[in-house]
Amino acid sequence: MSEPGTPTRLIVSADSILRLPRHIKLRHDAGRGRWIILAPERVFEPDETSVEVLKLCDGERTVGAISTLLAEQYQAPVDVITADVIEMLQDLADKGVLKS
Amino acid sequence: MSESTVKETKTGEFVAEVDTSCARAPVGLLAELTHRCPLQCPYCSNPVDLERANTELSTEDWKRVMREAGQLGILQIHLSGGEPTARRDLEDIVEEAARSGLYTNLITAGVLLKRERLEKLRDLGLDHVQLSIQDVDPENADRIAAYKGGMDKKNDVARWVKELDMPLTINAPLHRQNIDNLPAIIDYSVKVGAGRLEVAHIQYYAWALKNRAALMPTREAFMKTAEIVNEAKERLKGILVIDFVVPDYYAKYPKPCMGGWGRGIINVTPSGKVLPCHAAESLPGLEFDNVRDRALADIWLNGQAFEKYRGTDWMKEPCRSCPRKEIDFGGCRCQAFALTGDAANTDPACSLSPLHEEWAAKATEESHTTDIPEFIYRRMGAAATAATE
Repeated sequence: MSEPGTPTRLIVSADSILRLPRHIKLRHDAGRGRWIILAPERVFEPDETSVEVLKLCDGERTVGAISTLLAEQYQAPVDVITADVIEMLQDLADKGVLKS
Repeated sequence: MSESTVKETKTGEFVAEVDTSCARAPVGLLAELTHRCPLQCPYCSNPVDLERANTELSTEDWKRVMREAGQLGILQIHLSGGEPTARRDLEDIVEEAARSGLYTNLITAGVLLKRERLEKLRDLGLDHVQLSIQDVDPENADRIAAYKGGMDKKNDVARWVKELDMPLTINAPLHRQNIDNLPAIIDYSVKVGAGRLEVAHIQYYAWALKNRAALMPTREAFMKTAEIVNEAKERLKGILVIDFVVPDYYAKYPKPCMGGWGRGIINVTPSGKVLPCHAAESLPGLEFDNVRDRALADIWLNGQAFEKYRGTDWMKEPCRSCPRKEIDFGGCRCQAFALTGDAANTDPACSLSPLHEEWAAKATEESHTTDIPEFIYRRMGAAATAATE
């Protein structure tokens, strides 16, 4: 068997560049008027803010850049936003929803 | 900006947690494409009366079901069986499901798959593969499934899934004849690159109920698996998601079977019957509509079988006045019927059921027997043969 190598936990930091893997689908659920993330045997329901963050996880921006953008938009302190964004993304990364 | 939150809902048949924002449309469709299967696992969740190949829905029927499911607002489809890859038109069904916006899970034993076919299924829109293993000890796995050389084939399938950059779940049904290998099953899942592992203690309906004395682990053995899983979840955080399905004989409260009757999951059998759960045909007094005759949405919303135990109005005591009645919905109707003779009774898995103690004692006794009975393997006609012996 091919060895996939020793898998390691993805630790999210301000420097992380994240994206949704191909099999994870962020989609608008028209019938229920909400956004959902479809994953293996799971449906996640991100709130409005989380959806905004996830849309910005494009495999190019860093988590820090995303947080700065949101801090400007919401006129909120960037360190508070960064901490919140990292916490949310780490949780989703642990559930297999994000990759670097 | 408020703190961001993400709500999580599980959609698998035994681990369903229903999303209450959409209680009028199911989240998941369990499509049993066929009851044919090369394996003969004695705990198969299919009914004891297996549906024959000549009664199966046509390709066009299944494609229509996929379209109707998408329109109804179903989010995920679990392509199951029997062995779904025994259907030669699986490609057509997957393609239509993906086109209808459904997230497609293939629930397979893997032994009939070829790499080319898996690649084609992926290209047509298959999102996820759930591969069952009977054990990590190849000889024991062969014995449990009554199928020779299964492990080598499963190793191949697991490798192909990863090579094709698809997500992989390993599903490991657990019982007294493989329970000691749980740590090795967890290691195996990590080694093959699975992102998710379902450690599923057997649920004792249908075939598994017939084989209960050969399968039931002791309470001590069960408790140990809970410890092993908890330790592994922590150790493998971010590497392997583990879903643990407990044997409800050893639980204090019953599981909310199917996330509540007619609430989150809909099941279509190989011949097109639409059921609130895959074991529902064991219950008397239910009429099952068929997708050949009636629209899926109409069946879901108005079908007699769905209305019968939907919500809480049908409940008797102790469920009726129980504060948990909208948490576990009285447990499993099929188990309540099989063990008490009345599907509206509280599932004896619940410690509040008057039958719980007697029933748990029986299970405990069986779990300690040293004279382990032979398996009654899942075959067409096997149950009838066993009953007359």
